[in-house]
Parts: sequence; C-alpha cells; structure tokens
Amino acid sequence: MSDTAPFRPPVPGSQPEYDVKIYGSTALRAPSQPLIRIAQSITERTGPHFSPARYPSNIDISKVASGEAQGQRIIVEGHVRDEDGRPVPHTMIELWQANSCGRYHHEGDQHDAPLDQHFQGSGRVFTDENGKYRYTSIKPGAYPWRNHHNAWRPNHIHYSLFGPGFATRLITQMYFEGDPLLKYDPIYNSLPDPAAAARLIAGFDINLTEPEWALGYRFDVTLRGRGATPFEDAHEEH
Amino acid sequence: MPIATASQTIGPYWHLLRDDTWSDLTRFGATGDVITLQGRITDGAGNLITDACVEIWQSSPPVSDVFDGFGRAASNAEGLFSFKTLRPEPVPGASGPMGNTRQAPHIALTILARGVTKALWTRIYFQGDAGHDEDPVLSLIPPARRNTLIAHQTKPGVWHLDIALQGASETVFFEI
Repeated sequence: MSDTAPFRPPVPGSQPEYDVKIYGSTALRAPSQPLIRIAQSITERTGPHFSPARYPSNIDISKVASGEAQGQRIIVEGHVRDEDGRPVPHTMIELWQANSCGRYHHEGDQHDAPLDQHFQGSGRVFTDENGKYRYTSIKPGAYPWRNHHNAWRPNHIHYSLFGPGFATRLITQMYFEGDPLLKYDPIYNSLPDPAAAARLIAGFDINLTEPEWALGYRFDVTLRGRGATPFEDAHEEH
Repeated sequence: MPIATASQTIGPYWHLLRDDTWSDLTRFGATGDVITLQGRITDGAGNLITDACVEIWQSSPPVSDVFDGFGRAASNAEGLFSFKTLRPEPVPGASGPMGNTRQAPHIALTILARGVTKALWTRIYFQGDAGHDEDPVLSLIPPARRNTLIAHQTKPGVWHLDIALQGASETVFFEI
C-alpha cells in the first residue's frame, strides 16, 4: 500500500452525525446543506508531523512542579493502530481533562467544585515505534452541564490525535468502564452504532496497575486506514 | 477488521491545549510570501462562535525544518481567528479517471468546537488566483456557493474569509 494512497471512508454508523437532537449545542452549529464529497488529494493524504524535540512531551499529568494533584492516580496505556491493525508510530497525542472534582482549569468552567493548584489538566504523549503510548494522570470527576435538566458528563479524558494524514485527524473522548452516567450522556450516545460508542470505553486492566501507586486502564485508538475496502461501494450510494 | 475510533466534540475546554504561537506558521523561521489569514465564525442564528479551535494544514510550500504546514488558532470574543503563514502555490490534484489535474492554491481548514461532533472540513482559496475554474474541488461546488471558500484581500497581505456553520451563507463543508 502506497503511503500516499487515500484513506478509507468511515464505516457507516461508526461516526456521529453533525445534527444530534439530544445534544442541544449541535442545533445551530451543524451544517444544513449536504456535505460535498471530494477526492483526497495531497492536501488530505499528507499531514503535519510533530516531534518531541519541538513539541515536548508531558507524560505525567498527575503532578506539577509544586506538588501532586488530588485524586485517584491512574495509568493509561494503549496502542494507536490503523484499520488494518498496523501500528501508527511516533504520532502525537494531546490530552486534557477535568480535575478529580470535575472542574477544568479553565476560566469558562464555573462549576461549583474546587480547583486544584497542583492540577493543570493537559498532557502530550507520543506513540513509540510499535504505536504504544502511556501516561499517568488522576481520574477525572464527573461534572454537570446544561444540555438538559440534571445533565452530567461521565468521567472522560479528551484525546487529540493526528496520524499520518490530515484526513486521519481525530478528536475523541475516552470514557471509563462501568460509569453509570454513560447511558444518560448525549455526547457518548451521539453515535448511531452502540458498538462505536463502546469502543470509546477504557477497560480496567489489573496488569497495568502499579501496586501501592496507581490503577491502570487500557485504551486503544484506531485511525482511518489507507486503501479501498468493500465499504467504499456502499458509501457511494449516498 | 478494526473500525476507526469515533469522533467526539472537542468541547468548550480545549483551550487547555492552547498555545497562541501555533497560529504563526512562520515561527520557526520560514520565509517567503507571508500573509495573514483571518475570518469570523458564526452559527445558524448569526451568533459569533467564540470557542472554536480552528486548524489549518497546507501541502504547499512543502514541509521543511522551518515550516510545519500546520497551525491552530482560537476564535476570540469577536468570533475572529487569525493565522500568519506563507501563501501556497498550486499543487497536483487527486489522481483518478480524470487524469492529471492541478489544484489552485488553497489551504485546508477545519473547525472544531463545542456542538460540533466531528471536524468540519473546508478550504480557503484566494480571490484572483488563476485556476479556480479548472480546480477539481471548486468545480464540484455549485457556482452560487463557491464564494464561501474564496478569501478576499482587505489590505496588502491580509486575506479574509468568514465562515458560517449554518444558514443562508453557509460555508461549503466537505466529506473526505
């Protein structure tokens, strides 16, 4: 497969629509006109490359120079692969999250929960040659939002990934196994296929825990693969 | 076969990643035809979008040690975003049954924001450039909507393109 071949279209049902009735903020921000499908050219097939030399990694969000954050320490590890199962090596992952009380270190977050002077809430990691990444953080708290009466976001960590082309750019959220808020969350449930939503859940992994130190969660990410698949024909119909 | 992970909104707190130096693509020393690229983002009711993450990527000039080709900017309280970058040159089009094509100078731009479930993809072209009539992407767009992708020069070196996520002047967005 050429490293400049186009990326596959999304598998039907695997990505959210723009207009999601249960997620109120989409009402005025979703396009009303149909999207125009374009063939991927050099602009879409290639993309930026980031190196730790220029974009330093920060693999431990659980502390700052002045001290350690409050909360349940966690280790998150996983692999970034493409749709053929091939590792995506040396790609940058950006992370951000609320503190253990469910508050972001952000002026726009006025939730009545304490800030933590030892928690900034953002990190940056790179996958290794096998596509593996790992970082340390604290488990983010749930927090209320105003989408509907008594709306709460489940615990989650935001992910930003690039991959090999601009067409593989991905913003997503990692959720936690067993969170009772998942079934009420319009963002998690914005996905047409429940299996697509389930793929956003990190599983607890006893093998990733460090005794006397931190719990462990595993979260793998799959980016678009290159080349045509049988899905391409189905996709052409709409 | 594995299926690609789903997109989720970038949300209102993505600014924890924010680094305003990223909006200047010349910050590593790139030289050439330096331009400012700016615009205002609005929603379907004409409200300013003040919490967007705007990203650009350009395949021309080619990436080098001094030019990443990538930029990120936050829309501000006036809904405005602004980048400093280099003016792109024409690049080859997608190969295919139509044979070799050439694309007019353009920059890919994505909007990520609260209430946007997955990246909104568009492009910026430059008013007055040659090749718009033959451009394989612009040619797919109904003529009445093509101007939503074409920036105009407000003063020398400053190019402006407003982006409407929804409504009568809605920007053309792509499926890629």
